[in-house]
Amino acid sequence: MTPVSEEDLQAYADGALDEGLRAGVEAYLAEHHDDAARVQAWRELNAALRATYNPVLDESVPERLRARPARGRYRHAMAAGLMALGVAIGMAGGWAARGAFHDLPLAGSPSPGFVRQAAIAHAVYSPEVRHPVEVGASEEDHLVRWLSKRLGTDLKCPKLGSLGYELVGGRLLTGTNGPVAHFMFQDARGGRLTLYVSVMRGESRQTAFRFSQEEKVAVFYWIDGKYGYALSGEVGREALLRVADVVYKQLNP
Amino acid sequence: MDNHPIEQHIPRLRRYARALVGDRYAADDLVQDTLERAWNKLHLWRQGSDMRAWLFAIMHNVFVNQARSRRQDIERHMEELPIIAVRGTQGQQLELIEVDRALRALPPDQREVLLLVAVEQLTYEETSRALEVPIGTVMSRLSRGRERLRQLTAGGPGSAPLKVVK
Repeated sequence: MTPVSEEDLQAYADGALDEGLRAGVEAYLAEHHDDAARVQAWRELNAALRATYNPVLDESVPERLRARPARGRYRHAMAAGLMALGVAIGMAGGWAARGAFHDLPLAGSPSPGFVRQAAIAHAVYSPEVRHPVEVGASEEDHLVRWLSKRLGTDLKCPKLGSLGYELVGGRLLTGTNGPVAHFMFQDARGGRLTLYVSVMRGESRQTAFRFSQEEKVAVFYWIDGKYGYALSGEVGREALLRVADVVYKQLNP
Repeated sequence: MDNHPIEQHIPRLRRYARALVGDRYAADDLVQDTLERAWNKLHLWRQGSDMRAWLFAIMHNVFVNQARSRRQDIERHMEELPIIAVRGTQGQQLELIEVDRALRALPPDQREVLLLVAVEQLTYEETSRALEVPIGTVMSRLSRGRERLRQLTAGGPGSAPLKVVK
């Protein structure tokens, strides 16, 4: 019998062995039960690996992967976000004097500054591929504790699974009045929503839901006590409202 | 719009990335980075050569370039990894979730080889080219990765339960 190498056994398990060598390996395995058991285990591992990951093939491909990116699409999105941020900072002084956001399409009264900032944060972070969040959903408890501590309140992170959105994670941002909690959610197609929670200056108050379209980013926002909430996404108004409603109810049971 | 050949490979790139990285979003991020690079480098793809192998090669490079930051994730995963004891009895199917967990415990270079061969069913030659390593390295990583995975899944169904492998 010709000697059988470890590589022959591997190739045999993978069905990659030439026909001429296969019979030799089979004869060898018939007499070497330990090796036969190993080969059998490898084959079962191959099958188990395929069974584990094959279901991914049947998932619908997220929208963000289907687009043929124009060269540097993400860099452009980022640059646009940062440019808008520069404008926002430049106008921060003006905001104190009101009217700083008069050029935006608004429904009714001008939206508070945090709404614009929320839309910018959405535009900057939601296209981010590698670092969309600082703390991932796997550490949700830690994330919520950390952001609660920084904002000085008991934050809750809404659960949007029933609407098809799962938590990606969150990060700490700086807002005009200090720390901001920023949560990101994503649906199965890669569509992302962000929830921006900021501390409001001045007396505590309450507002109804309001809508603002900040260029491509739709925002529903409300003020509840000392906190301003803004839910942003590049989705239609109705779809966003459905989510905002659930978010509001969960935060105010 | 015609379905570009690159687009036809997206499901398989996602499958490989999911197995490689584990986390769904991180995996799709890896696919997105890979696709972005592929679209930008499409002129470098040789017409007539295997596009799938080319895409896996790009994904490997993206993955390796991200490895530094990923390494911490992997180490964290490994710390969290519970002791896996799926006691294999003859013919019993491995629990799939355990396979995924055990796979996470492999060094990334062994995981890549094992997945390209076992799941993507690339030939050893194609795997060697995609990962830019000699065939001998492919074979030794495959052998070590498999044996480790077999131990982590408690010997696998084909052998004695909780067999001590030196």
